[in-house]
Amino acid sequence: MNTRRFDALIIGGGGAGLRAALQLARSDYTVAVVSKVFPTRSHTVSAQGGITAALANVDDDRWEWHMYDTVKGGDWLGDQDAIEFMCREAASAVYELEHMGLPFSRLDNGKIYQRPFGGQSKHFGGDQATRTCAAADRTGHALLHTLYQQNIQHRTQFFDEYFALDLLRDADGYCLGVSAFSIETGEPLLIEARATLLATGGAGRVFGNSSNAMINTGDGLGMVLRAGLPLQDMEFWQFHPTGIAGVGCLITEGVRGEGGYLLNKHGERFMERYAPHARDLAGRDVVARAIAIEIAEGRGCGPRADCVDLKLDHLGEQAIVEKLPGIRELSIRFAGVDPIKAPIPVAPTAHYMMGGIPTNLHGQVVAPARFGPEEPVPGLYAVGECACVSVHGANRLGGNSLLDLVVFGRAAGRHMLEYLRDNPYPRPLPGDAADASRARLARWEQPGNERITAITDDLRRTMQTRCGVFRTDTVLREGFTQLNELEARLAHAGLQDTSRVFNTARIEALELENLIGVARATLVSAISRTESRGAHTREDFPQRDDEHWLKHTLYSREGDQVDAKPVRLKPLTVESIRPKERVY
Amino acid sequence: MKFCLYRYRPESGEKPFMQEVELDIDPAGKMLLDALIAIKAQDETLSLRRSCREGVCGSDAVNVNGKNRLACITPLSELTEPIEVRPLPGLPVIRDLVVDMEPFYRQYRSVKPWLVNDDPEPEVERLQSPQDRALLDGAYECILCACCTTACPSFWWNPEKFVGPAGLLQAYRFIADSRDEATPARLDNLEDPYRLYRCRGIMNCVDACPKGLNPTAAIGRIKALLVKRRV
Repeated sequence: MNTRRFDALIIGGGGAGLRAALQLARSDYTVAVVSKVFPTRSHTVSAQGGITAALANVDDDRWEWHMYDTVKGGDWLGDQDAIEFMCREAASAVYELEHMGLPFSRLDNGKIYQRPFGGQSKHFGGDQATRTCAAADRTGHALLHTLYQQNIQHRTQFFDEYFALDLLRDADGYCLGVSAFSIETGEPLLIEARATLLATGGAGRVFGNSSNAMINTGDGLGMVLRAGLPLQDMEFWQFHPTGIAGVGCLITEGVRGEGGYLLNKHGERFMERYAPHARDLAGRDVVARAIAIEIAEGRGCGPRADCVDLKLDHLGEQAIVEKLPGIRELSIRFAGVDPIKAPIPVAPTAHYMMGGIPTNLHGQVVAPARFGPEEPVPGLYAVGECACVSVHGANRLGGNSLLDLVVFGRAAGRHMLEYLRDNPYPRPLPGDAADASRARLARWEQPGNERITAITDDLRRTMQTRCGVFRTDTVLREGFTQLNELEARLAHAGLQDTSRVFNTARIEALELENLIGVARATLVSAISRTESRGAHTREDFPQRDDEHWLKHTLYSREGDQVDAKPVRLKPLTVESIRPKERVY
Repeated sequence: MKFCLYRYRPESGEKPFMQEVELDIDPAGKMLLDALIAIKAQDETLSLRRSCREGVCGSDAVNVNGKNRLACITPLSELTEPIEVRPLPGLPVIRDLVVDMEPFYRQYRSVKPWLVNDDPEPEVERLQSPQDRALLDGAYECILCACCTTACPSFWWNPEKFVGPAGLLQAYRFIADSRDEATPARLDNLEDPYRLYRCRGIMNCVDACPKGLNPTAAIGRIKALLVKRRV
């Protein structure tokens, strides 16, 4: 197989990968980015509302308040050292993006525009804060393009439209790079590097109704599982309250931040009943559950009573055109509704994976090993939605994901530089390092009667109906049985497309293998956690149970095993925020 | 519904051909991308790019009934049958609806699309008035789908020399940015009979842009700046 060698290697061309790549590209080390799509097609581009940092441009603010909100928003499952780190670094990370040229919207005094978002408060749970920095409602697009532009300026080596297959490791557990192939030519390739960063994004396409791009198939998670490493907190999936009904496309929380609100079929502002104080700007899990209950109890809107109305016409045409032009466009196209005139029909949609590849706050992948439960895997890093550091805990706050990307992308890039200095010599690649990848490619040349698209559709239906907003042991176990059947069918699947050139059927087959790994981790972890916390709602265990469950789950593929590790309640420098009841 | 799809498999040794496909689909509320995915479910050998399915990633630009559009935001109900879907014109076809975008990206990179400001960095944000920021509206939203550039005959004839509407819009995005200090160098980089002046103002790009942007207007402003610095 052809081999290319770099000092550092990034898998994934979204915000996290490009921020880390930039750190490395500015140094003397060589860095390559492998992405299965041209980098600006990555899912970061779809982020709308903004990036959260306590700049205090509009109103009083402090990073400590941001930290409190993030801990509370995550229902105390987030690690407080990582959360402190992220909230402290937030302002500098945002200013840095501005210096790079990100076209933020502006206030009259010329500073970066900020808007209120859900779960934000002043004075540790007091009045609504105004903390989310925005470029209209296209913040992700602006951020991703800015980072890509910086990377071309610094001459990062891009492998666009290459699909990464597996991690290459030696007997001592060092990560030595990845196996990949060119989607355009089908040619396999080994890319060796002393440090490898996974920034492969989420896996929201495991659900039938999802806000996620079609490329969000958990490829990095599949690679980690196949390498025998665990995944953390995989039962926690955020359902965003406001996806366009029936389509799933996202309508940003910024709509409610700018003053929009939700109505049921009686025209009632029902969030007043569920969150008397924060109302429509409560945590996303709280709002999503409220909508699901309204619909289930027959108070939904629309001909099938399967959605609620998001009203924003009272904001006025000018505010909508200036602040929310992108969602107006989406609403007109996908819901046939101009929000200047009428409310948008919305329903919860699978949106974000709080769990992922366990890392420390330098982005190093950690796993239980000889010396403890959190030993770094040498040479392997993970950042962004694919990683679980864990700052989002059991429920992510809006505006914190773009922040996660740039803060931890930068931190991981910095740590990789140190690692490269400390490990100046490449380790030899074992002769059999790519055997598993070769076998995987060869497997998809075998004929079979089962079709990939049919299995994928069934997988999404299973996860949607058996692992959605509300869960019980019985329903989750039904899902697990169905998943086993799907895996059995996958063994008999084959491709009709035998071409090597731009064979997207083969890509979809490889993605399905990754999705099934994600689904398994999710179902097994969800069955094991017998409490309700954040986005994980068990109807059979409706209370949060700090005595038994104030801990992270760690899922390993070997024997579908679930282990636990403690939540870090101790921040870096400030006082711990002790668990208490979470009300909005 | 009736479709007519451009098919090309380089390994087959056969010439490209148009394939007629019948699909049982209710067009109400559906987009062209939904139909292409449904066709691919029947015949997985159809190759196309797609990702966000909501018109922001720019992957699935194709030529539909003679016009460049994003499949994911093109309602089926607006299209007359048989719906003819071809790859974007003016770029080499890799396979089926997938084109080699490199000539397009090369022109994008050629305008040095990044902010240049050599002043010491303040510890907070650089200030920009809302009025100055408003100059970027209509310039920064480009998604690099290539609908405009591949609708431009000047680019068809001179893909190596003419920057094309997307690249020129991108150049203007930085010229218009009050924080950028490289306007003279950016204008030098464009002052060329081919790079900029192959634009004849026929406005195919404006007609094609799925985001409603106006590259021709941006090109006009660049030309005006060049005239201004001459006199």
